[in-house]
Amino acid sequence: MAAFRLGLIVNPIAGMGGAVGLKGSDTAEIVARARELGALTKSPARANEALAAIGAAGLPLTLVAAAGEMGESEALEAGFDPQVLGTAKQSDTIAADTISAAEAMAKLPVDLILFAGGDGTARDMVHAVAGKVPVVGIPAGVKMHSAVYATNPQAAARMVLRYMRGGISLRELEVMDIDEAAFRQGAVSAQLYGYLSVPYLPDLVQGTKAGGVSSDRTALAGIAARIVAAMAPGRLYILGPGTTMRTVTDELGIEKTLLGVDLVRDGARLAADAGEQDILNSLEGSGSIIVTPIGGQGHFFGRGNQQISAQVIARIGLENITVAATMEKIASLRDSLLHVDTGDRALDGELCGWRRVITGFQTESICRVAT
Amino acid sequence: MSGTRSDFQAARWNEDLIMELSEKGQRGIVPPAIDADIAAAVGDVAAELPAGVRRAAPPDLPEVPQHRVLRHFMRLSQMSMGFDVTTDMMGTCTMKYSPKAHEHIARGAKLADLHPLQDIGSLQGLLELMYRFNRIMCTISGMDEFTFQPASGAQGIYTNACLIRAYHESRGELEQRNEIITTSFSHPADAATPAVAGFKVITLMPGEMGFAEVDALKAAISDRTAGLMLTNPEDTGQYNPHIRQFVDLVHEAGGLCAYDQANGNPLLGKVRAGDTGFDMCQFNLHKTFSAPHGSLGMGCAAVGVKDFLRKFLPRPLVAEVDGGGYRLDYDQGEGIDKIRAFIGNVHAVLKAYSWVMSLGAEGLRAVAETAVLNNNYMLSRMREVKGVTIPWPANNCPKLEQVRYSFEQMFEETGVTSHDVIDRMVDYGVQHCMPSHVPMLVPEPFTMEPGESLTVAEMDQMLAALKEISDEAYSNPEKAQGGPYNAATTRIDGDVPEDPDCWAFTYRSYLRKRGHWTSENRRKIVRHHGGY
Repeated sequence: MAAFRLGLIVNPIAGMGGAVGLKGSDTAEIVARARELGALTKSPARANEALAAIGAAGLPLTLVAAAGEMGESEALEAGFDPQVLGTAKQSDTIAADTISAAEAMAKLPVDLILFAGGDGTARDMVHAVAGKVPVVGIPAGVKMHSAVYATNPQAAARMVLRYMRGGISLRELEVMDIDEAAFRQGAVSAQLYGYLSVPYLPDLVQGTKAGGVSSDRTALAGIAARIVAAMAPGRLYILGPGTTMRTVTDELGIEKTLLGVDLVRDGARLAADAGEQDILNSLEGSGSIIVTPIGGQGHFFGRGNQQISAQVIARIGLENITVAATMEKIASLRDSLLHVDTGDRALDGELCGWRRVITGFQTESICRVAT
Repeated sequence: MSGTRSDFQAARWNEDLIMELSEKGQRGIVPPAIDADIAAAVGDVAAELPAGVRRAAPPDLPEVPQHRVLRHFMRLSQMSMGFDVTTDMMGTCTMKYSPKAHEHIARGAKLADLHPLQDIGSLQGLLELMYRFNRIMCTISGMDEFTFQPASGAQGIYTNACLIRAYHESRGELEQRNEIITTSFSHPADAATPAVAGFKVITLMPGEMGFAEVDALKAAISDRTAGLMLTNPEDTGQYNPHIRQFVDLVHEAGGLCAYDQANGNPLLGKVRAGDTGFDMCQFNLHKTFSAPHGSLGMGCAAVGVKDFLRKFLPRPLVAEVDGGGYRLDYDQGEGIDKIRAFIGNVHAVLKAYSWVMSLGAEGLRAVAETAVLNNNYMLSRMREVKGVTIPWPANNCPKLEQVRYSFEQMFEETGVTSHDVIDRMVDYGVQHCMPSHVPMLVPEPFTMEPGESLTVAEMDQMLAALKEISDEAYSNPEKAQGGPYNAATTRIDGDVPEDPDCWAFTYRSYLRKRGHWTSENRRKIVRHHGGY
């Protein structure tokens, strides 16, 4: 059997903006400003920490590193003899470098890509390898809204090692990012950019008495069947983004815009990837909003589904909002807490408190909602 | 007695299945030949059997000599762990010593030779015992009538769900009232059994103190509410102080309240379900009341109800006869169908009765107090184990009979999970521990319930083992992740229980599935001898 091929991509400038209060490092201009302010890169050190732990385990593997600071130098420092892709850049790296390195690895192919960065880096990975190669993320960025990252470099190393040893399945987790410019102005406006396949550590949810991935799938099928069974003729259904909502459209036998809002009436898709104005224009008669919270984070309004604006929510009516999530997803949230951030404080206040969440065909949970 | 037992080594027999031990012609017992006169008088006993029920060939039974059968089961028992051979603090399970004297009584001919269909006149002793224990349970719980028909805790909870259903059906409200409310830290059967009974299930997630809050309940209650089914204390060992308000709110909404007292050990002589306003309750006689527990053995749930629900109980009930004696009351009334045949696992009832009678009222109170004291001793000492945290630190209330600890910090710092710790504990001669029911809201959970049987020295031994494992996690995490090393079996892969190709409950399915086994999943095969 061929040795395991592990790809390594380090975004060497990830996280630079954070320490000097710049809230991100997405553009060359900001990176230059960060350097002026004395910011040091922190992602190489975090990548080193993870690599050292992987190397210590002594499993046979071929490390495929992006050239120069984007992986090669970290790999050498950690004692690996990497196969190098591309040529080292003299200037600061940009998003396109991450994307081309990841695409080259997908072509090779590698079995898994270990990458270090923040939300911007995760977005680049979505662009390059979503659905093609599983990834493990070393958290090194300023903005960390994405669920795909391990909790720390050591945990990332453990995920890689467990995956190499086999017997671990994958799951799709959310990649989120915020508009850095808006964030610097004090406004958080996170978007859902896509999903990456991440090794699923069953310890976190599984025990002798516990269900696991399959029970989560069963619950998803139950949620979809329940929502579809409750759909009334002539009524408008505003379906938010996400894989949970995709099981609903699968049940209906129609397409879903994974990252967008779709409008459904009488079992047919009225509009795909609808914007706020599209939704408002379609609102005649009765309607319902059906959404799922972001995994690991808990927002069901205001992150990745801003099209369902405060105005839309007010027009639909608070009593016509359905929130659905598997118990496993709820359990992944800190303190099982859900969040809203519609941009309208009064509306957020009304949405707070205890709310019914559909968790299966005949099951619901009462979850706490906070801003 | 002190120190850990890290030099423990379990028996590890490479024992074949009993079917694989079979050798043609071997016999365990050769019965005497039938007397010629009897054979002549009886004739061919099978002659009248219809052809359709006759076997074409004799059953494929194992042919094994007596001593080998004995060895087979002795070896299996040596590879098993349980309260009789090791320390056992399996959380949510209320493991305790089951006095051998009570086992002896239950196995005696006076009980073992009875048949449920024999004449009632010859069952008076057993019926009197059942009747008296019924009165005792009413006193302990504040209820008015009990049935011992359910054969397990979950079946007892299911009985409660059926009682709620029968009550609303009798009032013509069942169609409207189709929702049962429970809490996330109640036993999963409080959600699963009403679902089986046809209800929708609404689960209250915990608030900031770790238990369900009144506002959460208010968000769940409506004119669709059929009832409330929960444990208290919950799996976390925390007693929900709002319980009276919960019961009142559900009653105001027209629902019934069922108290799952699977966690009843700390409440004996302290809190009565009836006094808290509940309409019904259930106890596991095989947990709190010391009948043996584990390996899916012979359980018995005692289900108690208030007077107005008596007519819904499964039949028969044991009733007093005017002028003395006891009878079985089969009067169906509006009762739910049978939950199980006859009057239940009477062996468990006898053991529970013996246990209660040997302790008396003061003794029962001492059980509850000792169990709570032992648990809070463990809680205070567990703070010394590196990497362990107690969820909801804001909640300063003492815990009752158990604590759900978290190894999240250890996991973050070392990668060693609570499952790794649990598997490694077996190397210290300690029974496998309970992580958590699902959903696992507490990360890296670990639930310990010392009960009243253990001595301080035994608890110290457990703590010493846990400290050693914690030290190992921080100094040699790889080793801590690889246990057990000295047990009867190695670690079973996490996905085995979910993969039906990896287990078989009968020899026939074993033979069938074995054909599909590959070297990849052979590694994961477990011959499943039971569970908890």
